[in-house]
Amino acid sequence: MEKWYLMTVVVLIGLTVRWTVSLNSYSGAGKPPMFGDYEAQRHWQEITFNLPIKQWYFNSSDNNLQYWGLDYPPLTAYHSLLCAYVAKFINPDWIALHTSRGYESETHKLFMRTTVLVADLLIYIPAVVLYCGYLKEISTKKKIANALCILLYPGLILIDYGHFQNTYNSVSLGFALWGILGVSCDWDLLGSLAFCLAINYKQMELYHSLPFFCFLLGKCFQKGLKGKGFVLLIKLACTVVASFTLCWLPFFTEREQSLQVLRRLFPVDRGLFEDKVANIWCSFSVILKIKDILPHHIQLIISFFFTFLSLLPACIKLLLQPSPKGFRFTLVSCALSFFLFSFQVHEKSILLVSLPVCLVLNEIPFMSTWFLLVSTFSMLPLLLKDELLVPSVVTVVAFFVACATSFSIFEKTSEEELQLKSFSSSVRKYLPRFTFLPRIIQCLFFISVITMVLLTSITATLDPPQKLPDLFSVLVCFVSCLNFLFFWVYFNIIIMWDSKDARNQKKTN
Amino acid sequence: MAGFGIVTGADNWFSALALGVTLLKCLLIPTYHSTDFEVHRNWLAITHSLPISQWYYEATSEWTLDYPPFFAWFEYVLSHVAKYFDPEMLNVHNLNYSSSRTLLFQRFSVIFTDVLFVYAVHECCKCIDGKKAGKELTEKPKFILSVLLLWNFGLLIVDHIHFQYNGFLFGLMLLSIARLFQKRHMEGAFLFAVLLHFKHIYLYVAPAYGVYLLRSYCFTANKPDGSIRWNSFNFIRVISLGLVVFLVSALSLGPFLALNQLPQVFSRLFPFKRGLCHAYWAPNFWALYNALDKVLSVIGLKWKLLDPGKIPKASMTSGLVQQFQHTVLPSVTPLATLICTLIAILPSIFCLWFKPQGARGFLRCLILCALSSFMFGWHVHEKAILLAILPMSLLSVGKAGDASIFLILTTTGHYSLFPLLFTAPELPIKILLMLLFTIYSISSLKTLFRKEKPLFNWMETFYLLGLGPLEVCCEFVFPFTSWKLKYPFIPLLLTSVYCAVGITYAWFKLYVSVLTDPPVGKTKKQ
Repeated sequence: MEKWYLMTVVVLIGLTVRWTVSLNSYSGAGKPPMFGDYEAQRHWQEITFNLPIKQWYFNSSDNNLQYWGLDYPPLTAYHSLLCAYVAKFINPDWIALHTSRGYESETHKLFMRTTVLVADLLIYIPAVVLYCGYLKEISTKKKIANALCILLYPGLILIDYGHFQNTYNSVSLGFALWGILGVSCDWDLLGSLAFCLAINYKQMELYHSLPFFCFLLGKCFQKGLKGKGFVLLIKLACTVVASFTLCWLPFFTEREQSLQVLRRLFPVDRGLFEDKVANIWCSFSVILKIKDILPHHIQLIISFFFTFLSLLPACIKLLLQPSPKGFRFTLVSCALSFFLFSFQVHEKSILLVSLPVCLVLNEIPFMSTWFLLVSTFSMLPLLLKDELLVPSVVTVVAFFVACATSFSIFEKTSEEELQLKSFSSSVRKYLPRFTFLPRIIQCLFFISVITMVLLTSITATLDPPQKLPDLFSVLVCFVSCLNFLFFWVYFNIIIMWDSKDARNQKKTN
Repeated sequence: MAGFGIVTGADNWFSALALGVTLLKCLLIPTYHSTDFEVHRNWLAITHSLPISQWYYEATSEWTLDYPPFFAWFEYVLSHVAKYFDPEMLNVHNLNYSSSRTLLFQRFSVIFTDVLFVYAVHECCKCIDGKKAGKELTEKPKFILSVLLLWNFGLLIVDHIHFQYNGFLFGLMLLSIARLFQKRHMEGAFLFAVLLHFKHIYLYVAPAYGVYLLRSYCFTANKPDGSIRWNSFNFIRVISLGLVVFLVSALSLGPFLALNQLPQVFSRLFPFKRGLCHAYWAPNFWALYNALDKVLSVIGLKWKLLDPGKIPKASMTSGLVQQFQHTVLPSVTPLATLICTLIAILPSIFCLWFKPQGARGFLRCLILCALSSFMFGWHVHEKAILLAILPMSLLSVGKAGDASIFLILTTTGHYSLFPLLFTAPELPIKILLMLLFTIYSISSLKTLFRKEKPLFNWMETFYLLGLGPLEVCCEFVFPFTSWKLKYPFIPLLLTSVYCAVGITYAWFKLYVSVLTDPPVGKTKKQ
């Protein structure tokens, strides 16, 4: 236990990096008339503070929904309100109705950055520390190294502290992590409560909802639906309903209220994808412009169909054999399926996949590090737009060094370390000479890293040709998408071939 | 691939530590920088665009060149890289010029020259044999020492936020110390001579170098009781040492001697026109002296012992003006401070001469010289405390007693640097980094010496914990009180007096331990 001072040091390093990144520019700085996500967050403080709760989600003369209208669930709105009270105390101009539009100053930036840091410090960081402390079968030193790597994950830092996303990812992901922690420790009620909060903070957390559902239902089945399992099921249902009711209470008074909030949360009339995002639809549209050819509702159906099919196997497996390990991997694969195939995906949604990948860092260090690097790279166009090149490169290198030294990832590329042993042995039944998989994966890693480095330097230094102004960002998306597809296959293989026998064997060894 | 090899090698912790801190330095690029940034930009411009004969005469900017010639040459070399970044920064008349490329260049020049510091730390770690401890990497003295040096809080904020080039200068100093430890005396002497011509503040520790080299290098043997054997004097060694120092000085000062500009150079290097204390009192003996004077004058006024008409006005706003006039106690002259410094240094020098304890003794003497001149010097800068803290790190992993002194000195010394960064965005950075370094240094040294008696007694613990409330009062509570406008100097005054107590205590404790330590010969017999 003497080494816990190192955990403090690790947390302090994480905080220092976060704050230094926050000294850089944010999205939409000095770019009227729309500004960026930073202004959206400030605008919500203005709206929630000045308008009665009934008008938050409705278009009115005081609340122009075209100008960063509130489109996140109630908890985000409450959080904005809380921040607005603090803002009011410091400087009422920051949240004055109408007149504060596009307000920018050094002090205000400091205030906004502080709100992110406080939220992070209260929710996300404690969850990470507890999660690493709870990990079994590894030494204290490894736990601390693991915490360092998770806290240094550059994607989250750059989006929350550099770009400034309008819903604090550290809050939604933090709640989700509390949920995962609770469910894995068999505090199912607390876990589901935390996860409900996460969904009510950011609807994108639905990416994680199926694994939660399957895992908890699977647990109930295991305990026997006629006895303890049924009691647990009822308890869980009550918890979920109660927490949702509590969050939505002010909007339940009228039917129109709830419907309007839902319409704001799920804007199905927007396109299949926005901007450049590294998923199937955007990458595929390089070849065929599905967005323009197919009618809107068919796009919706196709994307739903693909998403559902892609996550079905992993979810069924989890339902039948619920285990904390399977749960973590299913979280990864489900979130990745959503990211790749679902409707209206943002490039920042990759963070929802990164969080569960961070959690399996100590199990498959090589692949997780690789994935986390790719995920940060996929947001490159966004980060360049916000002038965050230097902090991005620095934090990515720092993260890579941290992972490489604490897990010595390059020595962990054997079949066993990649958790592909059972898969390759079953392939070997048909193809006896199938032993080159680890080497192929290593090769792919180097190719992928070299492509990413090359593309980053080209994008950062050269101007795109005039005919194709989006050439580089499309390339970035395409390359990331290929990587993500590979990872999706890999994670599904791990999940499907992970059997209890293999685990038992390991234990007896 | 080579990069992967370095990172993933078996003994990779040192490169990971160095790389980590370098990346942190890169993240600090957009932080606040002080006027020293403009000072160095101006020197780049002077050395680049003017002939040597005008370097020490040029006075367009108020920040004239006041470092020795090697540093000027260093800026000259840098300026030839700078022109590829932004040639405009090399114009002498472009006062306060700071484009984003200038910023990048200047920041990266500091980060890049720190390579020398990293190398020096690497060398130091090789030659310092600390206490033997557990097999765990994080409990090895070498690991702890390299963190203490590489991640030093003071160096990080002074060089990479406030902006100065101390990193590579301290690198030179640590490297010369390491060479002396490795018995490569000539190299050590050469490096120190070069260092002196980079920045003359290192003159403070020159007595330690001089006496040590004379005593332990020029005299080759001792009598059995440890005292000097006069007939073992080695003339060749003295002459070669002298030659090295002479050649380095000739290379540095020669051109200016030829131009007949030496007096001008020296008048720039040693400006005695400044006051006893800097605007913010460095936490030394004079801070306590000034504070005592202040208290006495307040008491005097209250008990009607002093005539209010005779009290000089400036003393009421002390801390904000350069000249501080004492009201009760006698005023201090430069000569007085010089004498005090000499008297403070002398015992340690005597100790080094009569009780030679090898390179370790030299290191203690060097630290005492640095600390004593910090305590009693004229117009001392708070940054000068680094001159004692960094070498003291080398001692800290060796003995529990030294570790305790080191921790008190470092924590208070680092805290006294807080007023350097007074802007709001840097407030979290300095607090986080300070906590990071302090928690690490205290916990790791405690773990290293866990089998010996506790490092702090109750008084020291109480004092160190007091720094927390002090920070809260000065930076979080005071700005919201009505005293802010009436007595704006109170936070600075409190900080410097509080820290002065700790540093004086550490200085005293270190002196006592050096003077009472038995000589090496005797300990061996026991």
